[in-house]
Amino acid sequence: MALEEEQKPKGGVARSRLIVRLGAFLVSHNVFVSVVCCIAGIIALLLLPVLAKNTYISENALMPGSANPAFSAQDVMEANRFVKDLIDRRTIEGTGIEIPRLIGQHMAGVGAEVYYHKFWPHKNQFHPLHFFSCAPNTVTMQSNSSCASVGVNSIGIIRAPRGDGKEAIVLVTPYNPWKIELSEALSLGLAFSIFSLLGQVSWLAKDIVWLAADSQFGEYTSVSAWLKDYHSPVFFSESGKMNVDMCYEYNSHQDWDRITVNWANANAFKRAGTMAAALVLKVLEKKERQERDSLTIYAEASNGQMPNLDLINIVHYLAVHRQGLRVKIATIGSLLNSVWLRSIGEIVQRLCRFAKSLDPRWKYDITSADYVEGSATLASSMYYQAIGVPTGSHGAFRDYQVDAVTLELSPWFSLKNENSQSAFLLRGGRLIEGVIRSVNNLLEKFHQSFFLYFLTAPNKFVSVGVYMIAFALLIAPLPIVAVAPFSGKNKIRLSTDKGNQRPGNTCTDEIEITIGSWKWLHAAKVVFMIHLWAVIVLLLPYFISQIPYISPTTSMLVWVAVAISALLIVYLILGSPYSSDCEWALLKSIMIAAAFIGLGLMSIINFSTAQIGALIVVPMCLMVRPLKRHKEVALCTRVMLMACNLVLAVMGSPPAALLILKGLSEGFGRVGIGDFWVWAEFLWIWNSATYLYLFLVHLPCWALYVHILLHP
Amino acid sequence: MYMYACMHVSMHLKPYMNRCQALIMLRLTTSNGGSDAPYTAADTPPPPPPLLMATHLHRSAALLLLLILSHVLVRPVLASGGHDGGGGAEEEEFSEELLLKPLSDRKVLAHFHFQSTALPSATNGRHHRLFPKAIAQLVEKFQIKEMELSFTQGRWNYENWGGSDPMSSTNAKPPGVELWTLFDLPVTQVDATWKNLTHSLSGLFCASINFLESSTAYSAPRWGFHPNSDNLRYGALPREAVCTENLTPWLKLLPCRDKAGLASLLDRPSIYKGYYHSQRLRIVSTKVTGIVLEQTLTVVLQPNVKRNNPVSSTEGSLQPNWSMSAVFKKKITGQCVLAKASRVFLELEEGLVAELEKRVFRDSWSNPLFELSAMPDREIKEINALQDQSGSILYEFKVANYNEYEPLDVGMMWKVPLVWSCPHAPFHVSRFLMGSGNERGSLAISLQSTQSHEQFLGGSDACTLQVVVFQVVPWYVKVYHHTLQIFIDGKPQTVSDVIEKLQVTPSEDKLLPGTLELMLRFPCSMHSATLTLDFDKGFLHIDEYPPDANQGFDIPSALVSFPGFQSSRSYHEDDSLKNSPLLLKFQEKHVMRSYTEVLLVPLTTPDFSMPYNVITFTCTVLALYFGSLLNVLRRRIGEEERELKSKAARPGLIPLLLAKLSSKLKGRTDESSQSSPSLSSSSPSILGPKLLFKVILIAVLAVFWNYYLNNG
Repeated sequence: MALEEEQKPKGGVARSRLIVRLGAFLVSHNVFVSVVCCIAGIIALLLLPVLAKNTYISENALMPGSANPAFSAQDVMEANRFVKDLIDRRTIEGTGIEIPRLIGQHMAGVGAEVYYHKFWPHKNQFHPLHFFSCAPNTVTMQSNSSCASVGVNSIGIIRAPRGDGKEAIVLVTPYNPWKIELSEALSLGLAFSIFSLLGQVSWLAKDIVWLAADSQFGEYTSVSAWLKDYHSPVFFSESGKMNVDMCYEYNSHQDWDRITVNWANANAFKRAGTMAAALVLKVLEKKERQERDSLTIYAEASNGQMPNLDLINIVHYLAVHRQGLRVKIATIGSLLNSVWLRSIGEIVQRLCRFAKSLDPRWKYDITSADYVEGSATLASSMYYQAIGVPTGSHGAFRDYQVDAVTLELSPWFSLKNENSQSAFLLRGGRLIEGVIRSVNNLLEKFHQSFFLYFLTAPNKFVSVGVYMIAFALLIAPLPIVAVAPFSGKNKIRLSTDKGNQRPGNTCTDEIEITIGSWKWLHAAKVVFMIHLWAVIVLLLPYFISQIPYISPTTSMLVWVAVAISALLIVYLILGSPYSSDCEWALLKSIMIAAAFIGLGLMSIINFSTAQIGALIVVPMCLMVRPLKRHKEVALCTRVMLMACNLVLAVMGSPPAALLILKGLSEGFGRVGIGDFWVWAEFLWIWNSATYLYLFLVHLPCWALYVHILLHP
Repeated sequence: MYMYACMHVSMHLKPYMNRCQALIMLRLTTSNGGSDAPYTAADTPPPPPPLLMATHLHRSAALLLLLILSHVLVRPVLASGGHDGGGGAEEEEFSEELLLKPLSDRKVLAHFHFQSTALPSATNGRHHRLFPKAIAQLVEKFQIKEMELSFTQGRWNYENWGGSDPMSSTNAKPPGVELWTLFDLPVTQVDATWKNLTHSLSGLFCASINFLESSTAYSAPRWGFHPNSDNLRYGALPREAVCTENLTPWLKLLPCRDKAGLASLLDRPSIYKGYYHSQRLRIVSTKVTGIVLEQTLTVVLQPNVKRNNPVSSTEGSLQPNWSMSAVFKKKITGQCVLAKASRVFLELEEGLVAELEKRVFRDSWSNPLFELSAMPDREIKEINALQDQSGSILYEFKVANYNEYEPLDVGMMWKVPLVWSCPHAPFHVSRFLMGSGNERGSLAISLQSTQSHEQFLGGSDACTLQVVVFQVVPWYVKVYHHTLQIFIDGKPQTVSDVIEKLQVTPSEDKLLPGTLELMLRFPCSMHSATLTLDFDKGFLHIDEYPPDANQGFDIPSALVSFPGFQSSRSYHEDDSLKNSPLLLKFQEKHVMRSYTEVLLVPLTTPDFSMPYNVITFTCTVLALYFGSLLNVLRRRIGEEERELKSKAARPGLIPLLLAKLSSKLKGRTDESSQSSPSLSSSSPSILGPKLLFKVILIAVLAVFWNYYLNNG
């Protein structure tokens, strides 16, 4: 009879439309579906290095390497002379004023327009409403500005001879004028020699801007200050600005404007049109020796934005095929040596070979070593995108929709060796010249190639169409599991007719919700209150950071204490948190719905965050079950489930996860409670949406998870 | 007419060039037909008279001979007439002049000035001896009172090449094409005539001037561009590329083309390699004096410099030596025999003369600072309005004194390094965009005082100076004029205090560009002023995007003029000065003006490369919609319920615990075997052996296809 009872509604559904039937089928097998989807999602994620495609230059107008580089040994000599000049000035007092001026003089010498941009360092402050806005949250410290606390960028602009001045290419070299290193001097020298070469060429169609950025307050600060003044200047000037101009005029023993013969005002901000692309140029001396000069590309900007893939492609193409440099991108080193990754690599290699034997057209042959390296690179690519913090000063450009990359050149031999230094400068100069020439060829802005991608090697990428499969598979079970309690399909042990059962009073292990029931409203209220609490926790640092002279550890403790007391207050308002004991399934389904919406939204804002977050949140959502309700399953399963739940409960809480990760990587001795505060501060300073995700999606999800675990 | 025909045969041109010459010929013939009234675009030109055909078909050889003969015969007469000079007002005249000027940033300016005059048409009918007939017909047909057309490549550097001399205020033009015309017509006919004129000019000069025909491209300034004119139309095409195909028709208007005289210097590779290239045509026509056609070509060239002199201190380097033969790769071998006057001037600007005077060597061209490669015939000094300052010096070379064996090669050899500055306009003007993103932005015009107005006005505190801003903005940049903000020296001003006169023509979508004419009054003591205007970016219809939509859209240059400042030179009255149209031009009073940069606005652009995706998505949505609609329409609910009941009455015999996926299929086949054949066709009865057979057949076919056809 019971079978008949079940057949009846099923038969009814079976006559309804196919899509509804399919849905119902999926819902009725939600456990199986969710296990399959999750495993498939994780496998898809692990297969990404295999599915990576080779990069190709999509925009035909770029034509990289089609012209012979004009950068010659003569330019190298010029660079060397300039480097020597800089190094000589290092010993003189007041280099902070002297070196920008020296750079300015040289810029003017090659016929460029020169000006100096003064900026003030910014104090970082938490501002809850400034997420997704352009620049980091900063407040100008103008009240107590002295002469020493002003940065001076020197900017030179070469006007394209026959160009119309609508577009510009920006070259950035960060350096610290107060403590100039040999490597910084070399990067300045390299930039200068390229700049002077570009002052002579006749093929320029876009203006060239060279920004020698004063990085005494950080590389990003100077570049973003300049960009801010470039794109959204403040015309309303205050008295503070005048003071600084004055102190420069009096402090300097020479006239500040002496070098600019033809320009009345070397402090007037000059512009050069819309920026087409920007290159941040750095020279770094590596500790370890290598067989070739190498180039490291950094591209991640804030909130996981990437520059157009074509920009990376031309750099890679010119560096490898023209200049013979070794191109690297950031990898997570610890993964390279991990045993489990290597064993996965072995399996993948074997599978690929098998696939190839089936059909030789499937070109998925990847060696185990390649796989390990690809995964390590992919992991770092995902990590930096997920953190949402730019990996260099190129990030400042992306905030204004300008494609930018940082090129970090490192010589294979010591920089002090003259010969290798010249060869290194020649290679670097030709590379930059080639890239600038390519971008100069560009008729339209970068738009042909990908903006959403992960790199698994400098010349391999995974596009959005491929990597979103893993995420889609991971979150696909969430809506299915969320509707499961409402479908009325999973009451296997139902004994009474549904018409006269009231879930409130006769609640067995399994519950049943009729369509018209409003029972879920109570659960929704709990979920809503928890989310509200999460918003309060999110905003707390704003108030805590107002307290002067407070150490990170204290801040963290205050934060946690206030958060917990707020939670208790919320519970007080709610009354007993567990009013009716059969409610946890409803609670789970609504929590899953909220998490699903949150993950979906986050995948639009920053895909990598959502992807990594889904790896934790999805198992949490799927496995949650009150600890006391495991009686009906077998013992070993029960123990396993409970263990999984406990591990997830610990790992899922944001502070614990961070501390454990940090402890694993750096040793537990150095981990302090304040670290999480420091990390959170880091996120909000950079306006990372990851911070929002952490507190608006992850934290409530975790809190509800624990809530359900402790359900009586 | 015959002359034109001959030339078409002789000139070696691009294929499409011939087309536009054919167009010119057509136009000539139509005007020969004698239709004096201006025709509208709808009118068809009358057929060419038979004379032309005859010329082409039979008698071309004979006519050529005739022409050469007549040319030979006329030559001595003309040459003697040119030297008379006395009765010049009675007949058509042509004069050619060239002004060379070393610029302070190591470049050389060459300004070619050709002037042809024609008598009023009443006196000599339709026939012209020297004056280009095409222009005379243009003037006659379109009733042009004044017209100026300029083709420019590159930007005029107001800081280094001068901003207040007559050269910059009349010959500095915005990049691309600029056309303005003052008609001698009733206001109602002006627009129609403008449209026809643009087409005629487009054919005449092989440029896309016809794009100015659309009402979104041109504007009718009241007073901001030209004082008090209702019949003026102004249009600019900033993106028009300028090349030899525009120069050739321009040269054809000269009686000697570039075969003899000063125009023979115009070596195409040299003049197009320069930093600035502006070719201009100006027509002034009055009933009394007839038509004056003024053709100027202004180029700024870089004399060859060795790259190997890095400038450590700007004081220490020599200006580059240059000469005509080095800059143009040619020398002047004689004048155009038809020219009444043929002169070359070498100008030393005020700053340079002041430097010379500082070094006391006042007397003549033979001084220890530089050396001229040819002896000037005369030295003309400017009488400066302000007596305490030195004026510019002109050295005059009469081309008539030189011939093929003794060519003229003007040049300068520097002996001592000299640095001087050029005369500046009262304000340095720049315009830029603010903001980022595709939604909105701001336009800013900034004026930086060059302090040079003190020399004009004496710098008293109470004085004010006028600035007129004229700006045309395309309709898709929707400027909100109420957001106009004015800052003077960093302090916001009440707009009504600063604005003296205001004329705004708001833009109309796809119909009219926005025009802003603004007269401002600033205190003389002001250092900088900024005007900002906010705008929204509009959306274009998909047809309206140009092929390179991703480059962005141009906002043409704004014009800033300073009505209080006149740029003119005054020389000692002399008879010979009257014969020089160039010097007469210099003595005219012109309002000082500066053009701003062209701006590039990125607009929202659809992804044109993905029409396939759009089609696919649209079709999917349509299919889903119609599918479900049909499903709903053809459904019979009553029948379904009955069927359901009959189903429910039957005992279900399906085994419950079968594998989940196979159970589905099995259940269906069971049902189909049990169901009666009398049910509707939509019932599962079709799952019979017949269908199975079909499915197997198709599968076999597919396998066959895959293996045999694909491998083949």
